[in-house]
Amino acid sequence: MTPLLSAAGIRKTYGAHIGCTDVSFDLFPGEVMGIVGESGSGKTTLLNCLAGHLAPDVGEVIFDTRADGPRDTVRMSEPERRMLARTDWAFVHQHAPDGLRMNVSAGGNVGERLMAVGARNYSDIRQQASDWLGRVEIAEDRIDDRPTTFSGGMQQRLQIARNLVTAPRLVFMDEPTGGLDVSVQARLLDLLRGLVRDMGLSAVIVTHDLAVVRLLADRLMVMKDGHVTETGLTDQVLDDPQAPYTQLLVSSVLQV
Amino acid sequence: MIEIENVSKSFTLHNQGGAMIEVMRNATLTVEPGECVALVGPSGAGKSTLMRMIYGNYLAASGAIRVGGLDVVQAAPREVLALRRDTLGYVSQFLRVVPRVPTLDVVAEPLLAVGRDAETARNRAKELLGRLNIPDALWGLSPTTFSGGEQQRVNIARGFAYDYPALLLDEPTASLDHTNRAVVLSLVKEAKARGAALVGIFHDTPARAEVCDREVDLSAFVSRDAA
Repeated sequence: MTPLLSAAGIRKTYGAHIGCTDVSFDLFPGEVMGIVGESGSGKTTLLNCLAGHLAPDVGEVIFDTRADGPRDTVRMSEPERRMLARTDWAFVHQHAPDGLRMNVSAGGNVGERLMAVGARNYSDIRQQASDWLGRVEIAEDRIDDRPTTFSGGMQQRLQIARNLVTAPRLVFMDEPTGGLDVSVQARLLDLLRGLVRDMGLSAVIVTHDLAVVRLLADRLMVMKDGHVTETGLTDQVLDDPQAPYTQLLVSSVLQV
Repeated sequence: MIEIENVSKSFTLHNQGGAMIEVMRNATLTVEPGECVALVGPSGAGKSTLMRMIYGNYLAASGAIRVGGLDVVQAAPREVLALRRDTLGYVSQFLRVVPRVPTLDVVAEPLLAVGRDAETARNRAKELLGRLNIPDALWGLSPTTFSGGEQQRVNIARGFAYDYPALLLDEPTASLDHTNRAVVLSLVKEAKARGAALVGIFHDTPARAEVCDREVDLSAFVSRDAA
């Protein structure tokens, strides 16, 4: 089987400071990989390199495109990369307003992504937008309201709807449940899990919350100071951590 | 179906002075299809550790654990995930679920994962929940608020929903009343009859005698210096 995403030797430095270095992995279709580590460990830098937001100094990010098979996204042209970002990729930001257009209606936010891939029929677009708002549990009568009138949890769900409406194959998520109440988090996790299973999505999720990765991720990558310290099956890494840093991380979680 | 060969396991506690605890040395055992093997031995002999190593939850230090031909010790994460989906089930003592998911869906999930249609999966889930005496009124609710015994039965229903060729049972009859205990034992016998290979931990001695074909005492594999 061809990996959907294959990273080889990714390195990104900020001057003398290492963002992340020597990161390699294969992500297969349908797999969800979690990247955990404390702030400053390089997980967000890595995610941005994978998603084409940052150009790594060294390394390749090979994505299995629908049209041309495996392509190095680091070396492809900007228009090609932007096309991928609009169609096969989705990026869910931690801070929902970063991924939304706050002065456009909820329906418009979802519809805009459809229009970016060529949809032109207004009633179809509105119908799909309404359908997706329902899937992320936003009441239909809020379709014409702006996200500025939504709660944080609703904004996050709207951002997910906007991202998934074009049926991407790979979703990048940066702390998708960060900053939300625990009850809202549970609802969002349940939603994400259902969507991942029903749509056969692959995902890379960056988080510092080990409970989130236990529920969502099949595999885990643990990072510290820009380096990968441990990788493996999620429950194996959490239940039987091998590296000193992973043991410290797992044992530092407060029990409820 | 399950072949365990010279498996050793130790835990190194890097943040507690690098203490190394050796829990198992050269464990070897084979389980044939249609056979149920009980792991026995005093507390700390490594029964749960061995079960978790078979499931790929714990990493064996050395040796081989082959389940349906796949060596779990060497396998890539996605191979272990495929094994857990298609071949190897695990009825643990604790139910770990996503909040808000209804009991019926929790039980039906392993069937949906192997591609059964929703109708078939839900019917099988209903049948098992009924046999295990979970009242209909609870099927639409999340099991997170259920009593310990109810959660245990939901967990068992989930473990038996799909006909895994190999199944691990961690105290399946613990905290169950007489009627439900009998249901679980008949589920185990049915699994054996269809040719599943089973490995179990049973502190319930009469239950063990009723369903297990033989016992393996793990204290034989505990390293001498640790004991």
